[in-house]
Parts: sequence; C-alpha cells; structure tokens
Amino acid sequence: MKVELLDGTLEEAAAALARGDVSSEELVRAAIERIARRDGALHAFLRVDADGALAAARASDARRRDGRATALLDGVPIALKDNFCTLGLETTCASRILAGWIPPCDAHATEMLRRAGAVIVGKTNMDEFAMGSSSESSAFGPVRNPWDRSRTPGGSSGGSAAAVAAGLVFGATGTDTGGSVRQPAALTGIVGVKPTYGRVSRRGIVAFASSLDQVGVFGRTVRDAAIQLAAVSGHDPLDSTSLPQPVPDWLAETEKGAKGLRVGVPREYFVEGMDSEVERAVREAVETLRGLGAEIREISLPHTPYAVAVYYLVATAEASSNLARYDGVRFGMRAGARTLGEMYSQTRRQGFGEEVRRRIMLGTYALSAGYYDEYYLRALKVRTLVRRDFERAFAEVDVVATPTSPVPAFRLGERLADPLQMYLADIFTISCNLAGLPGASVPCGFTASGLPVGLQFLGPMLGEGTVLQAARAYERETPWHARRPPEA
Amino acid sequence: MGLTREQVRHVAALARLALAPDEEERLSRELTRILEYVEQLRGLDVSGVEPSAHGSGQSAPLRLDEVRPGLDRAQALAAAPQPLADGFAVPRILEG
Repeated sequence: MKVELLDGTLEEAAAALARGDVSSEELVRAAIERIARRDGALHAFLRVDADGALAAARASDARRRDGRATALLDGVPIALKDNFCTLGLETTCASRILAGWIPPCDAHATEMLRRAGAVIVGKTNMDEFAMGSSSESSAFGPVRNPWDRSRTPGGSSGGSAAAVAAGLVFGATGTDTGGSVRQPAALTGIVGVKPTYGRVSRRGIVAFASSLDQVGVFGRTVRDAAIQLAAVSGHDPLDSTSLPQPVPDWLAETEKGAKGLRVGVPREYFVEGMDSEVERAVREAVETLRGLGAEIREISLPHTPYAVAVYYLVATAEASSNLARYDGVRFGMRAGARTLGEMYSQTRRQGFGEEVRRRIMLGTYALSAGYYDEYYLRALKVRTLVRRDFERAFAEVDVVATPTSPVPAFRLGERLADPLQMYLADIFTISCNLAGLPGASVPCGFTASGLPVGLQFLGPMLGEGTVLQAARAYERETPWHARRPPEA
Repeated sequence: MGLTREQVRHVAALARLALAPDEEERLSRELTRILEYVEQLRGLDVSGVEPSAHGSGQSAPLRLDEVRPGLDRAQALAAAPQPLADGFAVPRILEG
C-alpha cells in the first residue's frame, strides 16, 4: 500500500495519512527503501538522512495521535536541494569547497517546511552552486533522467526533479535563478513552480545571484506544487528582499478554470533551432486552452533575444561577489599554503569546478574597472527593457504561455564542449527571472521517443495564483501528469 | 573585446583564482566567445533607461537599531579549518 502511494500524488499521500491508512513512519521507510533500490541508477540524492527522517516521521505520527497534525504536509517525505541550509546536516551545493560543511542553522524555507511537519528525507544533487542546466557540473557525479538514463534531467535542480519524477519522494525544493526549477521540471515531466522574486525568503539558501535567486518547488501535480509553495512563502524580516504581502489561498485559486483567461503567446518564443516536437506539443497545448474557453492572443516580447546575454553578465557578476566568501578562512575547504594569498587562490582553484570558475571569471571581468559600464551597467539597463516588455504584455493578457525548454532532455555530455550551447538551453526561462516574475512548467506531452515536454506559464508580479490557475486548468484536461517513467 | 591571456591572468588575480598555464589559454578562448555573444547588447539604445538592480523595484526596508540574537562564538567557529579560541588562524600574509 505504501509503495503504491509513492507512485501517487502528495495530496493523496496526505489524505491517506489523515485517514490513518498509513503512518508517516511507514511512508518514510518506504521512501528510504525505494531510494536505496533506485537512486544508484539516478544519483538524485547526495545524502539521505534516515535517522533524522524517521525521528521526524515518528514525531508526526505522535502529533497525529494527539490531533495536532493539521498541515497537509505533516508526515509527508520530501527532499531539499543541497543549497538549502539544514541544521546539523551536511550541505555542499554539490561543490568540493563545501564538502563536509555542516550549517549552524536551517534556511528559512527549511524551517517553514519543518514547521508544517514535512519530513526531510535527504538533500538532492545539483549543478555546482546552482550554475548549470543539466546537473552535470556536480562535483559528486551527474544526475540521470528517470525517463532515459543516458540523458540529463536538466538543471540546476536536476536531483530534486529526478527524485519527484521517479517517485522517491512526494515533493522537493529547488532554486530557480535562470530556470533551474522550471527547466528540469519540463525535462522530467513534472510540475515546477518559481514564485515572484521575494515571495519566498532566500535566508539560508546559498547565494548564487542575489537579484535572481528564488526558491521553487517540484510536484507531480499543480496542487502538489501549490501546497509546498504555500508552506514556504511569506514575509521573513531577516531577508530584506522578502515581500510583505500576505500569501493567498492558492489551492482555491487553482480550481478557477481557464474560461475567460487571456493567454498571451509571444512570437519570440518560437525560434528556429527549437525541437519540432516541442513546438508541436506546445502549440497543441495552446489549442487545448482555447478549447477550455481561454482567449488566445499573439503578443510580442521584443527584448527576448537579449535575455541570455543580460543574464550571463548580471548573474555571473553577482556570483563573483557571492562566491568571494569561499576563501578557506572561516569554513569549507582550505588548501595548504605558505601565504594567505596563496591559500585563497589555491583553495578556490581546487575547491571550485570548471563551470563555477568560468562564471566567476566572467563576472569579475564584467565588474572590473574600465568594463563595468560597458558590460554590467548596460546589462542592467537592458534588464529594464525586458521588464517593460512584460509590463506591457500584462496590461493586455492575464498569463503568458510558452515552451519551457527549446529541446527535450539531452544526452549526458552532449552540451559540455561549448559553454554557450549550455547557456542557450535557458533561453525561454531566463527573462522571467530578470523581471522577477512568477512562472511554472507543466507537462504537455511527450516526444516520439518518450521524452517529456514542458509548457511554461508566466504571470505578472504576485500573479502566482493566475499561473497556477492556468496550469491546473490545462492539467485537468490532459493525461500527461499521470504517466510514470519506466522503473529503474 | 576578446580576452588576451594577460587579461585572463589579471582577472584571475582579482578573483583570487590560481590558474594553470593551459587553463589560461582555454579560458581566454571560452570567455572571448561568451563576450562576443554578449556584444549584441551594444546594439540596443539604452539612453535614458534606468538600470534595474532587481525585478521587483522595491527599496530596502529599514528596521529599528536593536540588538538581536545571532550566532554565538562556538557556532561561528564550529566549521573553521583552523579555529583559535577567539578567531580563525590563517597563514602569514607576507612571505619570509
């Protein structure tokens, strides 16, 4: 019974717990056993905290016996991306420079999930410091896609996506800086949601690009994602970018339907070089929305082609600043050296992988004297133009629909020779981060060879409700979310 | 607009990243390629456009200047590679 539950949704598991059909301890044990059986082939997890998880499960069962287990997430096994600080549990960001590092506190999002009673089973694999679109730059080995293990699950939150897609846990967190929740959701056939910038506190999320980073969630369904998003959202006085607005009842908003919804389809998101099966699936999805009573309008977001260039200046500049703290002084790896300067440069050379070093170099250059105006400042101005494109669009439509990724899951090693090729994988997700807007990916079909395709919805500032509403209306009408990858 | 090996060395020094000689060559090529790609931003008219430091456009909120609990010393030193009783030991700054 518990094993079958793992193939179902988070909501179904929560209902089974509430009815007393299964205990949290049984459910968590089943998850741990399935991870032990299946994760060797996927490498979705960097570590499993069986003792911590079982203790949390038993505490949940005790709360339930006392009638105090009120939250939907109480007793449900989930996973956190390994850039979420977890008190007492190793957190590495898939980097050698943080191997063995034990955070002295929980991230705000971690605290919120614990408070809701969610059981954190382990930490998931990712691109190192969240820099990547394939989870191949992990210092501890890549993640494999449950739909085809010769392919990547996308990134940087590939471990969390694979863990949910393979039914190892019912939900998982990720971070989305340029698409790192939405793109892996698309490539693994699940739902991934990135809220408005500031909707979820970034305190205790290891920083990559502070003006772009946002916590996101993965679920088998839109409602599963909405439940998790609600649990982590809300104002945090210890994050000065945290938004004060109250969190709406998103579960209620998801059931509003698509009738009368004005959906914008931007012409710049159907480009040469995108996979024809992806394009067909997304265009069919748009027709499905039309059939549900949505009003489809072609719109233009003219600065879309510049978004990747803006991102790879802004994000790398911010990353070069954020990663300056990894110097071997106070925590993390330290290389042996005779002088302080050598210690810094050797620690960082040995501790950071190639992609991280490349981005630090790019960002440092873009900020350096003589180049700051030409690169970084100019990029911030183009960022304003990208934001304005969306403001104009949302004056006419309620939600924007696009493909999430230009291609389905690509093979391991396929995009490593040319960094720019990998960066272009983010072409449809990146503008949303630049503008600070909410976005979600939902499954919208499969290629002939059985690879998932994702449909992306983008919303206005604090428009998560509308994004979830559109996504759920589409999901209710289609079978994709019920499909499961072949068993390992 | 490309990056010479000398510029690569300069940027690496700013970023406190040691590089092997063959890495300098590779990074020079890769970064040049990426910088050529971002050149397209130069063609845009951004006169009179304010830079956006982030999407939401809100300004930094203030709070009362009150002391609040933070990490205690033991927690702060817990992950130190070379802790002292009251700080972090590091190698000497200058050689000799």
